[in-house]
Amino acid sequence: MSGDHSTYAPRSGFTKWIDTRLPLPRLMHDSFVSYPVPRNLNYAYTFGGILSIMLGLQMLTGIVLAMHYVASTDQAFTSVEFIMRDVNYGWLLRYLHANGASFFFLAVYLHIARGLYYGSYKAPRELLWILGVVILFLMMGTAFMGYVLPWGQMSFWGATVITGFFSAFPAVGDWIQRLLIGGFAVGQPTLNRFYSLHYLLPFMIAGVVILHIWALHVTGQTNPTGVDIRKKTDTIPFTPYATIKDALGMSVFFLVFAYFVFYMPNYLGHADNYIEANSLKTPAEIVPEWYFLPFYAMLRAITFNLGPINSKLGGVLTMFASILVLFVVPWLDTSKVRSAVYRPVYKVCFWLFIVDCLLLGWCGSQPPQGAIVLTAQLGTLYYFGFFLIIMPLLGLVEKPRRLPNSITEAVLSRRQTSAGRPAGATAAPEDRG
Amino acid sequence: MKKLVAAALAIGLAAPLASVAAGAADIPHYPIKDPPRLSWSFAGPFGTWDKGQLQRGLKVYTEVCSGCHSLNMVAFRNLTDLGYSEDQVKGFAASHQVTDGPNDQGEMFKRQGKPNDYFPAPFANTEAAAYANGGAAPPDFSTIAKARAVESGFPGFVFDIFTMYTTKGPDYVHALLTGYQDPPKGMRVPQGGYYNPYFHSAAFLKMPPPLSDGVVKYDDGTPETVDQYAKDIAAFQMWAAEPHMVERKETGFVVIIFLAIFTVLIYYTKKAIYSRLDDH
Ligand code: HEC
Ligand code: HEM
Repeated sequence: MSGDHSTYAPRSGFTKWIDTRLPLPRLMHDSFVSYPVPRNLNYAYTFGGILSIMLGLQMLTGIVLAMHYVASTDQAFTSVEFIMRDVNYGWLLRYLHANGASFFFLAVYLHIARGLYYGSYKAPRELLWILGVVILFLMMGTAFMGYVLPWGQMSFWGATVITGFFSAFPAVGDWIQRLLIGGFAVGQPTLNRFYSLHYLLPFMIAGVVILHIWALHVTGQTNPTGVDIRKKTDTIPFTPYATIKDALGMSVFFLVFAYFVFYMPNYLGHADNYIEANSLKTPAEIVPEWYFLPFYAMLRAITFNLGPINSKLGGVLTMFASILVLFVVPWLDTSKVRSAVYRPVYKVCFWLFIVDCLLLGWCGSQPPQGAIVLTAQLGTLYYFGFFLIIMPLLGLVEKPRRLPNSITEAVLSRRQTSAGRPAGATAAPEDRG
Repeated sequence: MKKLVAAALAIGLAAPLASVAAGAADIPHYPIKDPPRLSWSFAGPFGTWDKGQLQRGLKVYTEVCSGCHSLNMVAFRNLTDLGYSEDQVKGFAASHQVTDGPNDQGEMFKRQGKPNDYFPAPFANTEAAAYANGGAAPPDFSTIAKARAVESGFPGFVFDIFTMYTTKGPDYVHALLTGYQDPPKGMRVPQGGYYNPYFHSAAFLKMPPPLSDGVVKYDDGTPETVDQYAKDIAAFQMWAAEPHMVERKETGFVVIIFLAIFTVLIYYTKKAIYSRLDDH
């Protein structure tokens, strides 16, 4: 935070010398040591830290992979296999990177769900939220282009299908598509530019992450009660409290990650990507990586024309809208109360929304026939209904539960009730310290 | 009113279900039969290669499959993984002719294989391979064990995580090789096609049944049956696709133990630190 609350006190002559010239150690100390955080943060708040580490891990493994990878349509597939077979610990690098992308998305989705549950997007954190959505967008671009690099069947056909959607836009569509793939079909120019951008975008993400954390440290974190910080006892210093809690969350997360990397490294991928790209042989089913499935389902849910908008363009617009809508969430939610803990109806709608996303994911993985299409359509309806109807209207009609006067009060009252309870009957998960 | 809504809901739900039932009838689903799940020596967290099996698999490959299928990404030197000595690998490599060159006159020439050479391919290119096999090129074996996975469906795919089921590829290959049979009555199999309900993308494929009992001699007393050959070649293909699998699982074990201990330590540290707060 800004210098006026700074508790940093350089001890040695050298650190004093630095401090009067470039107070970087002071910035770090104030941001990650003395920075006050609400005392009641739970494990849902550890995903931000996990995400930063995952970004670092993707960059680290990615840069080493790039030393061995060959971005040529003749050699890309073989070069990735060469990394897996002949580069020292190449299999580890590649499996860390490929599964790392999946776990990066897992963490970001949980991070976003936390935001939706505790109302983290509400004033004064609108910009913080918007920067987060920008990161999500960049991540999606990065992962999509990364998946093309190993030049397997799904790489090639995924790229062909997804870039093909852009041709749905009237007038400029074909031009955008040709710009993206550098020609009339996915080929060498596509691979080259995707490689270049796949290397660039993570560094842009890192830049936006810095802005995101800056904005965070201006407004401070929300907390499960959604009540603002009012007094000194509401907060605890980042180190050691949040640091150790983040560390615990992270190490559990990494346990699960390690299980996949070492024991099921291909579970989250598609078998067809172990077949080299072949422009003459379309796979039976073209499916994107699991983290794009809900969006893919919404894209394919639009099977009908809407006036001048044909079904293809409608699908593409729906897919883009499904992410763009996140940008305006701060202004869609009209409720005065932040946290879902005190909003009984919103809480139910929120969990339905989570179920809806999982259902859409399932629809995205299935061939679009029969009941799958209808389910995806209903799922899309609820997805947008949640943001565009429930959020604005519910805030006006819902009767929230009584809010605690302060974080301290909420925490202390919990201690009193739990003291009177038999062991084992712990508080609801969202209230747990 | 309530009744109306209920009726509308019922119709709304019944219509798509009916269309699914109808859809299932006219859109065929492949493979017709799911491959049975076998137990493999390399499955599970402590799986290891059965080197005898890999050696038999190599024998099946060299004597039968290598006439049609390439193994482009495996070098002779990799065969030391199968328990062969350097000399044995040298001898095995020398029994193959590889193309080298160009020489100082600009000509390509044939020479004896060396351990650093890769398995030579039976056809000059995919076009030639397809031309010789009725239009379907026999796929390369280097990654095939990872390139075939029959979907488990819901909720099976969730259970697969906990049962650590990662042998879809070998299960598939075994099922395919042992699954040739007469087509059901009334089904027309086109010329050059062979009915096999386990084939992943159609009811028949262009590969004639490659195995029959006794075609490959085993000198370790293992039964010389199609079933056994199929298991051995599938295990060999798994090794070819994932030569570092055992190393991966061993490393993973150490990493997981480390992380587990680390997590416990952090857990107790966290408890100690938070006990300083008055609300704990
Ligand atoms: C006479 C040539 C020939 C021989 C010998 C042969 N195959 Fe094949 N194989 C083919 C052809 C052709 C295909 C492609 C079939 C198609 O796609 O219709 C094929 C495909 C396959 C496939 C992939 C099926 C799929 O899912 O796409 C496997 C696995 C396979 N063969 C295994 C073997 C094994 C194991 C052996 C040795 C025991 C063997 N083949 C011997 C010609 C052969
Ligand atoms: C935001 C962070 C990143 C994400 C989400 C990401 C995602 C991906 C994905 C999904 C793949 C395909 C994996 C596969 O199936 O093989 C991939 C491949 C690759 N990425 Fe990244 N990546 C990131 C950062 C980086 C960085 C910073 C670099 C290099 C500087 C890099 C270099 C590569 C290379 C060389 C490949 C091809 C090798 C391979 O496929 O394993 N990545 N990436």
